Amino acid sequence: MLIDVHAHFYHDRTPRADWRERNASRLRAGERIGVTIHVASVLGTWGRTSPVYFPSPPDLQYGNDALLALQRAHPDRIRGYVTVNPNYTAHALGEIDRCRAAGMIGIKLAASRRANDPLLDPICELARERGLPVLHHVWQHRRRDWPGQEASDALELCALAERHPDVRFILAHIGGGGDWQHSLAALREGTTANVLLDLSGSGADGGMLESCVEAVGVERLLWGSDLTMDTGWAKLRYLTHLLSGPELEQVRWKNAARIFPRGGFPSD
Amino acid sequence: MRVDVNTLLGAYPWRRVPGTSPEALCAAMDRTGIDEAWVSHLPSFFWRAPGEGNAWLYEATGRDRRLKPIPAVHPGRKGWELTIGEAADHGAPAIRCDPTYYGLDPAGAEMRVLAAACGAARLPLVLAVRLEDGRQRHPNDTAPELPAAALRALIRTDDDVRIIVTHADRGLIEEVHFGSTPEEAARLWWDISWIWGPPEDQLETLLATVGVERLVFGTGQPLRIPEISLAKLDLLDLTPEQRAAIEVGNARAALAF
Repeated sequence: MLIDVHAHFYHDRTPRADWRERNASRLRAGERIGVTIHVASVLGTWGRTSPVYFPSPPDLQYGNDALLALQRAHPDRIRGYVTVNPNYTAHALGEIDRCRAAGMIGIKLAASRRANDPLLDPICELARERGLPVLHHVWQHRRRDWPGQEASDALELCALAERHPDVRFILAHIGGGGDWQHSLAALREGTTANVLLDLSGSGADGGMLESCVEAVGVERLLWGSDLTMDTGWAKLRYLTHLLSGPELEQVRWKNAARIFPRGGFPSD
Repeated sequence: MRVDVNTLLGAYPWRRVPGTSPEALCAAMDRTGIDEAWVSHLPSFFWRAPGEGNAWLYEATGRDRRLKPIPAVHPGRKGWELTIGEAADHGAPAIRCDPTYYGLDPAGAEMRVLAAACGAARLPLVLAVRLEDGRQRHPNDTAPELPAAALRALIRTDDDVRIIVTHADRGLIEEVHFGSTPEEAARLWWDISWIWGPPEDQLETLLATVGVERLVFGTGQPLRIPEISLAKLDLLDLTPEQRAAIEVGNARAALAF
């Protein structure tokens, strides 16, 4: 059993003409790697009619619908995070309930609003009520604003997690850019045991995985790929040398199965 | 047989990196089935006189037959020509120069002279585009990435120049490959360490466009875990011949002047 907690898919209203090929490639690579379930999100129209990290409500709805269609087409392979924009509170709350009812199992927050902003509170409160984990896009140590996103770093996500101790948060892609040591320090020194770490991202620095294990322990690590499945597989291979068999199983799927709603995966 | 043309030994100034000793490199090679490593001295990237790391590199790589030294040359420093002769004496498969780290114009006169000298000595020149993802570099790590224009200029310096480029992404590879004549492009090799696999399939695309013969196996270890490059290959549907070309044949071809 292997659960990828950080996957993405595309659809016909994205700027990419090759969207079908990219979706097929993810599934094909997943078969070779041994991915049982891709837990995925779609960020609106990926920039076609609203910005990737500031998706409009109609684009969010279209993207979430496209993901629901994929979930229906591949019920044994794909699960969905409902993506929302916290700047549209009523729409976000409605979309969460609509997509949860249709079978999605988590909430995706990208970079439309800083993680510690009060506008995220109603979303997190609903996540608590529905028992849904929140995957939050994180820039590992944001030392300045980056174009195209209102990125958050680990300190801001931890502040949100402290306000919502009964919600499980996934700090996205520790290998996805920025200073991962800054994020690990925030998790190590904080009081936020409800923040788990997703290992995805194109970065796979020497020493990074050892540091992740040391900082949060295997019980808070989740395997994922994001945009580069080769680096995801490489990290998994490396972990086989670093962890015991039972520890590796935690990272491969047991930790994910623990935080997502019961019944979300074949093992449940 | 698997040859890693892109490995590093020695401390990195911007963060603690485990596994920078020759023994640790050999252990990682054992773990990942790498039979031969072309090794560069990592601290030299940041030294005013990079050649001062070569003696240590020769000594360190001399302890294990699987390790091949890639000595560094700074063509702006007096006596740099001697390094090329020493490299041959020590069985170095290539020499390296990283102009943006040394503060040199990457397409300037010094680099062109060096490239021509390497060609005359029948030694490929190794250059790194980068060492780390630009998003995560230390605030004081400001060396520019190697530009495509410099590579196009260097390969045109002399018909005997051969260049192996590490840490290049798809965009740069395509810009240089298709910005060169077929004869020039045939003297360029690219390591796969920075090329994305699925679902973007950039490595698969390059195999179909620039050709399997242009790609060599490299990892950038220990700054990055070597399993990445292995995973990339395992995610492709390569024939045994294609895989052997990437893992060893093309690197050997780069040496066959």
